[in-house]
Amino acid sequence: MAYLSIENFYKSFGKTEVLKGINLSMQKGEVVSIIGSSGSGKTTLLRCINFLESPDNGVMTLDGELLFDSNAEKKDGEKALRNKRLNFGLVFQSFNLFPQYNVFKNITLAPTLLLKDKIKAYKKELKAQNLSGKEIKLALAKFKEENKQAIDNDALSLLEKIGLTDKKNSYPCELSGGQCQRVAIARALALKPKILCFDEPTSALDPELTGEVLKVIRSLKDEDRTMIIVTHEMGFAKNVSDKIVFMADGVIEEEGSPKQVFDNPKSEKLKIFLHGVTNKDGE
Amino acid sequence: MSEFAEIMVGLLQGFGNTCLLFAITLVFALPLGLIIAFGAMSKFKPLKFLTKIFVWIIRGTPLMLQILLVSFLPKYLFQSTVKEWALALNFTINQMSFVFVAIAFIINYAAYFSEIYRSGIESISKGQYEAGKVLGMTKIQIFFKIVLLQVIKHILPPMSNETITLVKDTVLAFTLSVVDLLTAAKEAVNNFVTLSPLIYAGIFFLVFNGLLSVLFNYIEKKLSFYKE
Repeated sequence: MAYLSIENFYKSFGKTEVLKGINLSMQKGEVVSIIGSSGSGKTTLLRCINFLESPDNGVMTLDGELLFDSNAEKKDGEKALRNKRLNFGLVFQSFNLFPQYNVFKNITLAPTLLLKDKIKAYKKELKAQNLSGKEIKLALAKFKEENKQAIDNDALSLLEKIGLTDKKNSYPCELSGGQCQRVAIARALALKPKILCFDEPTSALDPELTGEVLKVIRSLKDEDRTMIIVTHEMGFAKNVSDKIVFMADGVIEEEGSPKQVFDNPKSEKLKIFLHGVTNKDGE
Repeated sequence: MSEFAEIMVGLLQGFGNTCLLFAITLVFALPLGLIIAFGAMSKFKPLKFLTKIFVWIIRGTPLMLQILLVSFLPKYLFQSTVKEWALALNFTINQMSFVFVAIAFIINYAAYFSEIYRSGIESISKGQYEAGKVLGMTKIQIFFKIVLLQVIKHILPPMSNETITLVKDTVLAFTLSVVDLLTAAKEAVNNFVTLSPLIYAGIFFLVFNGLLSVLFNYIEKKLSFYKE
């Protein structure tokens, strides 16, 4: 059975139908790249997967768990939605780092906030065990300290991975676009998502800065991370992906291995799209 | 006592009322403005509509008129006089007048502040909220941990403007015979037949607003450790 499976996603904004029946499945450890021209629905699909939009129709399961069903009787509350979102990480085109926090805090903020929930749950657990107030206090302090330490260590190793250890205390405004995007990737990874999604991660970057970001993504591929990448970088998509999905006008027009899709396109739309892209490269 | 000292005592008493009105207005109007701002941004249409109308009326009419209206409320709403209210609350008539002036100021400034808050909150990009969401934060966490400081940084310049205007607006307290700094100065002009109290009052205002500017500049500097 597929790791992530999306069935029959439909989404309209007002009268504009953006997704018109998307079916997509992927295995654990796979990298799927979604390509297609602007307005084809790529980003909307990604936003639906990350629960930033709610599809009008469709079912999504991840690792055997039903995450979304448009026919469900009651809608998810905020808490359920938050938990479901945490299955996925999302790296935005415009980074969306928090400008008032330094690099380290950008990475550790969300895990630290989640730790508060964990501490609350642990406190309940301890209280149920009939411990004395002092024992509970001690155990909680220890639990907090250990987890805080783990979060900090995680952040440090992520910084090392993205090659920005020396920028630990810098603010986003002091970084280049490429460095910002690398921090954004680390920030998403800090929550250990099952699937990491990228929404055109290099589109807002100067051409000479795309390489460093792509390098980081490639290193994640080497760790067998499951990733969905919406991208305009055809060479990169061909190189790093296990599967390419070509979207046009809200449907998946064609999908297959990079070889099939790029070297042997079948649909007319894909041929025209690839022709346009390669011509642009040739300029 | 020399003439100068007598003038100063009078001015300082007026200045005390000015400061008190300034402080009370800020303490109540700052949070009230935030509530009004949330109302104006509400997805619940009737609430949004009502708040917008409220802000339109308050911003569209003179503060002096609002002060007068508030002072007539006891009469028209409760058929009682300011005197009766003062007695019931164990206030002097002057104190009661001050309360009415303060109420009008609070409502008026809350309306202005709400618009500043609203513009500040709406200036934060959608991406900041979405980044918070995909990182599993609650709405409250997103507001307090991500949005709030950025909003404060954005609204500091207009808030500084509005606060300085408030200092000068306090002279409208004379509408209900509350003796503020300027009224005290005018009384001194009449009593001592000299224009100097007006100059002194002007200096008081200048120094007060100068200090406020220094304070706001300091906060702005404190928040300049990051850019967007």
